Amino acid sequence: MYGKPMDIWFSQMDTDNVKTSVRVDKQLYSGESEYQRIDVFQSKEFGKMIVLDGDIIFSEADEFIYNEMVCHVPMAVHPNVKSVLIIGGGDGGVARVLTNYPEIEVIDVVEPDEMFVEVSRNFFPETAKGFDDPRVKIHNMDGLRYLRRCVGQYDLIINDSTDPFGHTEGLFTKEFYGACFKALKEDGIMVYQHGSPFYDEDEQAFRSMHRKVFKCFPISRVYQASIPTCPAGYWMFGFASKKYHPLKDFKPDEWKARNIKTWYYTTNLHRGAFMLPKYVEELLEEEEKRK
Amino acid sequence: MNQRSAPIYEALERFRRMRVVPFDVPGHKRGRGNPELVELLGEKCVGLDVNSMKPLDNLGHPVSVIKEAEELTAEAFGAAHAFMMVNGTTSAVQTMILAVIKAGDKIILPRNVHKSVINALVLCGGVPVYVNAKVNHKIGIALGVEVDELEKVIKKHPDAKAIFVNNPTYYGICSNLKKICEIAHEHGMKVLADEAHGTHLYFNEDLPISGIAAGADLAAVSMHKSGGSLTQSSLLLCGEGVDSEYVRQIINLTQTTSASYLLLSSLDISRRNLALRGSESFAKVSRMAEYARSEINEIGGYYAYGKELIDGDSVFDYDVTKLSIYTQGIGLTGIEVYDLLRDEYDIQIEFGDIGNILAYISIGDRIQDIERLVGALEDIKRNFGRDGSDLYCGDFIQPEVIMSPQKAFYSEKEQVPLGETNGRICGEIVMCYPPGIPILTPGERITDEIIEYINFARERGCSLQGTLDPKVELINVIKEG
Repeated sequence: MYGKPMDIWFSQMDTDNVKTSVRVDKQLYSGESEYQRIDVFQSKEFGKMIVLDGDIIFSEADEFIYNEMVCHVPMAVHPNVKSVLIIGGGDGGVARVLTNYPEIEVIDVVEPDEMFVEVSRNFFPETAKGFDDPRVKIHNMDGLRYLRRCVGQYDLIINDSTDPFGHTEGLFTKEFYGACFKALKEDGIMVYQHGSPFYDEDEQAFRSMHRKVFKCFPISRVYQASIPTCPAGYWMFGFASKKYHPLKDFKPDEWKARNIKTWYYTTNLHRGAFMLPKYVEELLEEEEKRK
Repeated sequence: MNQRSAPIYEALERFRRMRVVPFDVPGHKRGRGNPELVELLGEKCVGLDVNSMKPLDNLGHPVSVIKEAEELTAEAFGAAHAFMMVNGTTSAVQTMILAVIKAGDKIILPRNVHKSVINALVLCGGVPVYVNAKVNHKIGIALGVEVDELEKVIKKHPDAKAIFVNNPTYYGICSNLKKICEIAHEHGMKVLADEAHGTHLYFNEDLPISGIAAGADLAAVSMHKSGGSLTQSSLLLCGEGVDSEYVRQIINLTQTTSASYLLLSSLDISRRNLALRGSESFAKVSRMAEYARSEINEIGGYYAYGKELIDGDSVFDYDVTKLSIYTQGIGLTGIEVYDLLRDEYDIQIEFGDIGNILAYISIGDRIQDIERLVGALEDIKRNFGRDGSDLYCGDFIQPEVIMSPQKAFYSEKEQVPLGETNGRICGEIVMCYPPGIPILTPGERITDEIIEYINFARERGCSLQGTLDPKVELINVIKEG
């Protein structure tokens, strides 16, 4: 192809007054599922991107950060993970990273939106490869509904839903965290999306998530990563656990011995990710002190 | 008539394009004089807040677009005439009573009516004659009007002018309205249907029969509840053989002369929506409610009741769009679950009483919200459930009527501490809100049982209202001697 690139930009509204714009080469797909609008773009900088209701969910260029951080952090803490539940995760990326661990026997993926799974398979076959592992089972069902029937059966639950305001709103609630607690074994860990604390309008959701989880689990810590396509390029994860502490029970040597190839995660970064900026620490502490 | 048209909405659109300079009320002048209001409500909204005028008709005496909109509404609901109401369904209920009951006239009604009914009797001097209602002791709610009981009351009071029926009750219980209408008309009595919770009955065949279809003479229909219009907008429907011009006069006794076009246009658009899409929308609502019921009943402890309550008489039919749930099985009163849902789970439901909660499911709901509600109820059971053997079963109490509400309301009265009122005649309404069904009305005898009920409701967190004393510690009773 010759000549100047087209001047088409996709903008993600981070707030009413801030947007992240990505030059788009072309739109590969647009569709409306029962739950959300799904778009796929080809871009120069980020490769293919999938956009749900106007928010970038992941791009080929930076999805590794997110997927590694939600998987390796708990896997380097919990000594023996056999059964994992992924809530959301219709793109298969998290499942794919988990398939690196031979001791995992069951990976249940609960994704209500069949169309999202379908689009991911078509446009991101590399990522969706996770679904081809025989240990992975997809359940097309609402996460809360699935969890209602689970008691004490998972070692690890990863909440892979990103948006506390969209159709996955129910996965950022007290009833959801309570249901996860019930579904976990007595030494289980839950890792979840904690959003971005930087912009004012996201701060409230950030606070309320921590308040709810802190009340629900005996151990509740927050860790961070830098992800370019997230609002403010800054994203947080929650680590909620019944028994294991993310740093005190961290087993770097055992993890290193596995020789898993990563691009973002290292055992040094594991420790560093839990060292938070002052303003974030303060937000979290304020919520912990609340009755 | 074409149900696709919406005459008031269309007139407002035409009017907006005319860019008329306002030298009339409202004084905010399309919002220019009140920028904060525009910021809150939006330019479009304040721009529609205009006064009655020739191109927009006048609700007190409609001749053009409002008249057309009312005719379309009547057609959509199968009524002989329809009135758009802007003072809430309270005004529709009160108009029904004022239109058929004069001072001293008797009206037959169940005791579990909304307070607006009692207040209408205070205004007009009508005398209530209550039909004994059966109570379901397991869930502690009053059931519908039984045909046999009604016939007994009619035999005793053949001079009564009207029969008043809830269709359905707040909890979804329907009486045999068709039969009740037949009996009433045989005895020359009018039937007034309170359909504050029944708009949807007009638009889906699988739901219980609507008031007008059953033969009711007047029906008060809360469009703003299941119909989707703005809060405070409502409808009053007339059956055949009702003098609608006389009803209009009664409405105009108390109705504002500055009817809001926001409310009127919302009624117009909602009627169109219901006429075109109501049937499928309410089929979806029914499915969602049925799904929620089965999921909630699977949790255990809760009892989300439905069509199995139907017994052919006291529960002639059940409105499956209602999601009423008995909560004492997990050891909590309805009001406690109601508070927990809001405070701990950010879920606001319609009401909680001693034994039950009601979650309102409507055309605006999504299945993922239902999952949240079910998930929260399960979490409440897990975190807050307890042994509930100390709970008061909360039976519905039917007090004894000593004098008419009007006579009691205007009698010499004195304020007495609640605990000392046993045996006295109440001079005011005492109720929990919601649901707004009075525990005591003016003219009723207070008993120890009622005092105990009020104290229990208060202790469990019900919001008590209606009395002269804002704290509801003193009750206004009729002076003795």
